[in-house]
Amino acid sequence: MVGGSELHSFTSDSNMATTAMAAAAIAATPSTVKTSFYACNHHAPFLSSCRPRLSFHHRLSSSPLTLPSLWAPKYSPIHRHCAASASSKVDASTATFHGPCYVLGDNIDTDQIIPAEYLTLVPSKPDEYEKLGSYAFIGLPSAAYSTPFIASGATKTGFPIIIAGANFGCGSSREHAPVALGAAGSRAVIAESYARIFFRNSVATGEIYPVECERVGLWKECTTGDIVTVELGENRLINHTTGKEYKLKPIGDAGPVIEAGGIFAYARKAGMIAAPSN
Amino acid sequence: MASLLNASSSAIFGAKKELCVAPCSSMAHRSRRHASNKVLAVMAPAQSPRTPSASGSVKHAMTMTEKILARASEKSHLEPGENVWVNVDVLMTHDVCGPGTIGIFKKEFGQNAQVWDREKIVIIPDHYIFTSDERANRNVDILRDFCLEQNIKYFYDIIDLSNFKANPDYKGVCHIALAQEGHCRPGEVLLGTDSHTCNAGAFGQFATGIGNTDAGFVMGTGKLLLKVPPTLRFVLDGEMPNYLLAKDLILQIIGEITVAGATYKSMEFVGSTIQGLNMEERMTLCNMVVEAGGKNGVVPADEVTFKYLEDKTSKNFEPVYSDDNARFIQEYRIDVSKLEPLVAKPHSPDNRALARECKDVKIDRVYIGSCTGGKTEDFLAAAKVFLASGKRVKVPTFLVPATQKVWMDIYSLPVPGSGGKTCSQIFEEAGCDTPASPSCGACLGGPRDTYARMNDPQVCVSTTNRNFPGRMGHKEGQIYLASPYTAAASALSGYVTDPRDFLM
Repeated sequence: MVGGSELHSFTSDSNMATTAMAAAAIAATPSTVKTSFYACNHHAPFLSSCRPRLSFHHRLSSSPLTLPSLWAPKYSPIHRHCAASASSKVDASTATFHGPCYVLGDNIDTDQIIPAEYLTLVPSKPDEYEKLGSYAFIGLPSAAYSTPFIASGATKTGFPIIIAGANFGCGSSREHAPVALGAAGSRAVIAESYARIFFRNSVATGEIYPVECERVGLWKECTTGDIVTVELGENRLINHTTGKEYKLKPIGDAGPVIEAGGIFAYARKAGMIAAPSN
Repeated sequence: MASLLNASSSAIFGAKKELCVAPCSSMAHRSRRHASNKVLAVMAPAQSPRTPSASGSVKHAMTMTEKILARASEKSHLEPGENVWVNVDVLMTHDVCGPGTIGIFKKEFGQNAQVWDREKIVIIPDHYIFTSDERANRNVDILRDFCLEQNIKYFYDIIDLSNFKANPDYKGVCHIALAQEGHCRPGEVLLGTDSHTCNAGAFGQFATGIGNTDAGFVMGTGKLLLKVPPTLRFVLDGEMPNYLLAKDLILQIIGEITVAGATYKSMEFVGSTIQGLNMEERMTLCNMVVEAGGKNGVVPADEVTFKYLEDKTSKNFEPVYSDDNARFIQEYRIDVSKLEPLVAKPHSPDNRALARECKDVKIDRVYIGSCTGGKTEDFLAAAKVFLASGKRVKVPTFLVPATQKVWMDIYSLPVPGSGGKTCSQIFEEAGCDTPASPSCGACLGGPRDTYARMNDPQVCVSTTNRNFPGRMGHKEGQIYLASPYTAAASALSGYVTDPRDFLM
């Protein structure tokens, strides 16, 4: 069994299913895998230049899966932080974001997104989560980035959309990075490409949509403060200030996961794992 | 079925010409790099991989990384690009990401949930230890409470911050502690909440960094969904010149393929030079795989590996090796004898330059430490240069051993050719700072009171792994990444210095 048949072995292997719980939500249909694979390859032969896809399967909801000793019927919802300054629709496939954009170049590493001295803040603690947001991008050199991402005295950003160059989020694996951006109120990053751990963390946490743009050098045509609209359903970025439009790569399978609030929430929504016990 | 496989293969390997060019996403890097890079090409042009033959046996040829993931996901065969559920052998976390991981674990699986295996989780406080920062100290307490509650077998605790030696369990830097405590084993899958988890690939295992959420998931299930990476192969041959270290090799490679050159890929290191490297040098090599964007790095296990593991683990392990006809997306050949000592100039690990061409760069300090450059071998190397010179350093030189064991080695191991002196004696005679308490230290800046943190805009030569703006503290600080030889040489002259000035 090869290639896309990973899904067949997945959906038909009941052993895997029991132990995999959320995994069951994450088997792709053959068509989904094929689409994502070839969507990558039209651009470059390397898988590495593709946005990595956690493949998500929407059909495997026949029986909720349980993992021994970890599940209990009580449900305590996780309260998701809502961005203060962005508009977005609920449906992931048609989510739209609008507002001023913050523009960055290539290789913005996670130390610049959230410097090490702030990593004593624990993202899973609500008050510290908010604090992390207030420090988002504080590591950017002021000479190159004279407009602060968060205005002096504020704790949230006025920039719901971030536009960046290649290899966004490189460096340290700190999950505090996408968390800080989400906590600050940003909803999406439009970048040429992502470092893998940052991309993965963005999807896993659901804190921010990591979208890839088709155009190399897009960031050079935008200026911080330009008013933009990101239409995920149309795979389009519109810069109202310059009048230019750009094609985005489909967010694909990662979208519904981010919208649900991350892999755990997604798996729960799909009935794949039970709610946490308390 | 077969058609899906063939189609995907040709999609990967069909466009051979393009394979010799870096992926589109790194074009921006390449143009910036070529403008400033005068390094001679010592690497043969990338070779196209062989086309899959018509015979069925090629279908099952796999690289080391593919084999490890296949076994861990209980599959007979894997292709790059597949997402597979992998059984995790060891999960590591530390004081920076541990509390967040624990928070997610409890939130998602329940306050009374039990970890999947109390013997497979290794919790290592190492990042912000010797500091008065209350939250940092609290984070170690959070780890302790969880370990007690879950009866975690491996928790390298520290309680008395004023004297690291008073803490028998405390180790220091997680990646080196993992190796020294026998948690790294060939053929296994090791995940850690730290990007330099790839360090352990030196043992011929799959090791990579993950975030808190993924780690919380592993904590509860012992599994993670991973995408199988294709492999870049680096064949390093030639006798290692006595002025080069593994750090120079990896800086050479990163400078060649850029900080995004290995994104989502595995980096496999083979060749006679690699075989001649000891385990700590192999770790240095794999440690910085993430700086090229790599998912993981691997060095095939051999006698050197087995010897190292002899007194460290009694667990059985089964090494795997790439098949002869395994497919690599690209192969690079390097003649090590032609390389020269390198630095990575501010502000990127791929901003490669010859150390000798930076000799006019005046520096303010030198830092020798971290998982990348603070191991026993790294300090022995630095001592060699100080010994050869016999002079004193011209700038503050900070020494931060990675672990307690490294600290002890510095104070006990005789340095070859010194007439029985220890590293510590040589460092003292050279005027270096006293070796500090083992931890990650200032590699990543940390709380303001961290020893050797760069709090002013200075120029530093460092044996660490990253030099992005603000990495060691001050946003305008300038960090030159280098080998311990080059760092020591630079300390002696007060400028970025090629170690051949002292070693030859």
